[in-house]
Amino acid sequence: MAWQFWLQVIPFVVFMAFGVFIGGFVERRHFKRLAKKEAALADIFVTNLKVLPKGCVSHQCNLVMGDVTIASDYFKTFAATIRKLIGGELRTYETLMERARRESLVRMLEQARQFGANAVINVRFGSSSISSARGRNRAAMVEMCAYGTAISLSKANSDNDESL
Amino acid sequence: MIVVNTETLPGYRINEVKGLVQGNTIRAKHVGRDMMAGLKNLVGGELKGYTELLIEARRQALERMLAQAEQLGANAVVNVRFTTSAVTQGAAELYAYGTAVVVEEE
Repeated sequence: MAWQFWLQVIPFVVFMAFGVFIGGFVERRHFKRLAKKEAALADIFVTNLKVLPKGCVSHQCNLVMGDVTIASDYFKTFAATIRKLIGGELRTYETLMERARRESLVRMLEQARQFGANAVINVRFGSSSISSARGRNRAAMVEMCAYGTAISLSKANSDNDESL
Repeated sequence: MIVVNTETLPGYRINEVKGLVQGNTIRAKHVGRDMMAGLKNLVGGELKGYTELLIEARRQALERMLAQAEQLGANAVVNVRFTTSAVTQGAAELYAYGTAVVVEEE
């Protein structure tokens, strides 16, 4: 039955086109925005050290967080499914993770900026799973959270915090 | 109440350790939001509904932790950590824990 065949093929082609064109556009736009935001927030000193660099004093501590959830598109999910058959690197999901990490970091820094902080120390990343990638529709999504302590850093006696 | 995820509080001295405090919450995804998420899985992009859900859940876990700290008479919580665990399909537990302390400005 030809029409039954087309009934299966046409949605697949349409969804793939959605994934490749709209998904690709969304991703490129996201990367561009991230680059812009990261440049604007570049003056905030970020570290995952627990203690302050020597010779620095700080005041005003706040917990800051950034959450983000990003969905994979149809093309990425399909490409990854194929790749999983033979094993190896899932490149399409790597960019997804990168976007989620960078976005959560940016949101954390934006919150730090609101508190008037100029440094964030002890930064941690965590991911959670409200949705499962093994569910009925096998859709992949990433939930990423970055958190840290926002502080106002000032140098007590010049030198060595740049050495970090 | 001061909340930080560092072990020490810059600019403050820890006078007394009150002990571990914790807060948790379990959230299931919303049906309406889930349908939107299904659509988003075609084209990719951010799932704002889920992001809001996570932020809200994390805040609630944190608030529960702070309520416990207040009960102990602490004025700060240090070394705060967040973890999550998947309880059942489609629901997640968000858990915040830290150490309640009494601090004094140096």
